[in-house]
Amino acid sequence: MIHLADITRIFQMGDQSVYALNKVRLNIAVGEYVSIMGPSGSGKSTLLNIIGLLDQPDKGCYELDGKNVTDLTKDEQAQTRRDKIGFVFQSFHLIPRLTAAENIEIPLILSEIPPDERKSRVVEALHAFDLQSRAQHRPAELSGGQRQRVAIARATILRPKAILADEPTGNLDHSIGAEVMMLLEALCQTGTTLIVVTHDRELSARAKRHIGMRDGKIVTDTS
Amino acid sequence: MNTIDTLQFAFRALTAHRLRTFLTASGIAIGIAAVILLTSIGEGVQQFVVSEFTQFGTNIINITPGKITTHGGSLGAIGSSRLLTIEDAMALKRSRYAQYINTSVMGNAEIRAQGRSRRVTVYGQSPDFPNVFNMSVSTGQFLPADDPRNPRAYAVLGAKVRTELFGNTNPLGEILQVGESRFRVIGVMAAKGQVLGFDLDDTVYIPTTRALEVFNREGLMEINVAYRPEAPVQAVTDDLHRILVARHGREDFTLTPQQQMLNTLTTVLNVLKFAVAALGGISLLVGAVGMVTLMHIAVSERIAEIGLLTAMGATRTRIRILFLMESTVLSTLGGLGGLAIGSSIAWLLKVLVSGLPVSTPWDYVLGALALSVLIGLVAGVVPAMRAANLDPVTALQTE
Repeated sequence: MIHLADITRIFQMGDQSVYALNKVRLNIAVGEYVSIMGPSGSGKSTLLNIIGLLDQPDKGCYELDGKNVTDLTKDEQAQTRRDKIGFVFQSFHLIPRLTAAENIEIPLILSEIPPDERKSRVVEALHAFDLQSRAQHRPAELSGGQRQRVAIARATILRPKAILADEPTGNLDHSIGAEVMMLLEALCQTGTTLIVVTHDRELSARAKRHIGMRDGKIVTDTS
Repeated sequence: MNTIDTLQFAFRALTAHRLRTFLTASGIAIGIAAVILLTSIGEGVQQFVVSEFTQFGTNIINITPGKITTHGGSLGAIGSSRLLTIEDAMALKRSRYAQYINTSVMGNAEIRAQGRSRRVTVYGQSPDFPNVFNMSVSTGQFLPADDPRNPRAYAVLGAKVRTELFGNTNPLGEILQVGESRFRVIGVMAAKGQVLGFDLDDTVYIPTTRALEVFNREGLMEINVAYRPEAPVQAVTDDLHRILVARHGREDFTLTPQQQMLNTLTTVLNVLKFAVAALGGISLLVGAVGMVTLMHIAVSERIAEIGLLTAMGATRTRIRILFLMESTVLSTLGGLGGLAIGSSIAWLLKVLVSGLPVSTPWDYVLGALALSVLIGLVAGVVPAMRAANLDPVTALQTE
């Protein structure tokens, strides 16, 4: 599913080159549940951004779903993101002026799915994430857990191959965070690859495979 | 993402900040309203002036004595120009293009009748005068077609002179004294009102030759030649020129086609109209600056949203179109508002202030609307480019 070969990402900080990622090799199979842990600045977010095609490596080769995606144009990257990857963010990133239902609908609009089908798929998603009663509420009127559920519904509505979650429970209290993780894990059980970046040990422990990072390198990889 | 979805997205973004959207759109609306209002007045004035000017017909060539030129030597050596005479007019009448000829002399004179006297403008004109200038007689008849060198002493009154001197009594057949000469009244002109400041009703018309005697003049002030409308103005001018040069030996007169004057007038009025529209354009420009500011604010506020849309697979082109669409929708709304305000004020002016020439030119209205759409596009370009070129990773880190 995901093959990273010698991925290197360098940031220029003034006249210094900082290796955010240094020759990272990583293979993730379809349906895996992977957690990436490491201290701040270890490169875990950069790794996630590169897997999610939001950032491009300076060196190395990235193969996603059997296709080399290292040298795609910006538009091709956008299309690949849309069709294959769902993002879940720590701060939810819901559009404040749109209702929960409309937020969930955005990916469908971007991929030009006809309105009728959009409506039924949104209803389905609202149902799946137990948000029917909140459909017409704006993000400001929702609790943190509800917001993250909306965000997950949005990330999964196009049935992506992989879900990339960056500290998905970082802004939620413990029990709500656990509920949200159960939703993500349920998706993983249906064959979606789930990659969670966190520095929360307990959260990381839930995954089947644990990757530890330090100074731009993978230092542990245990299943 | 199809057009309807894009439009809807832009609309939602605008309605999320109603007051801000309303104020910015008002800036554009005021600009568009100003453009429409000012051009409406400009157009009205132009139509008014041109119609005042053309009510006497446009197929006229005026001939005046003297040639406006700059001479190198002393003026005395060349001598003064020859006068324009009744005989010149009679020769011009033989031009194959000439339809009607009028010879004109004017001056101020005291007129007396029925024991009343009045100082008025006295015109010496030819029998063809009403035909040349589209004038009409209300009572009696105009001057008869006598021998122009020795016409009978008849006079035709302007409508105002008639009421002033004769009141309600019938003036036909009465004696009118103009200066030292006596004329018999044979007609009264239809009322014409003021034209470019001249009261055409406070006048008396007498035969040209008689007027020359009254004013003790040798030459005519002007010869007016009306040519057939289908005749090319250049050919007519050339023909008249040839006839007069043959008679005078040189060009000591000036031919001015009415059409040429009209063209000059139209050019002047067009410049005026444009200048007035440009004044409105300045307020439109101010509105546009407000729009650019708003779009920049909108992009800055929504950096995280742009990052999110990018993460969800929106291409750079899509982001650019979203913001361009937003500014265009905003400016178009403003433009439509301005259109409504501008044309209703123009209409109100026309209804309430009678005599104010106001006419809304529809091509300007459509132009103004197109302009507001264009302003939206232009105002949105830089902010939209900025939005599209954001790095998604940084954008997503923005709260």
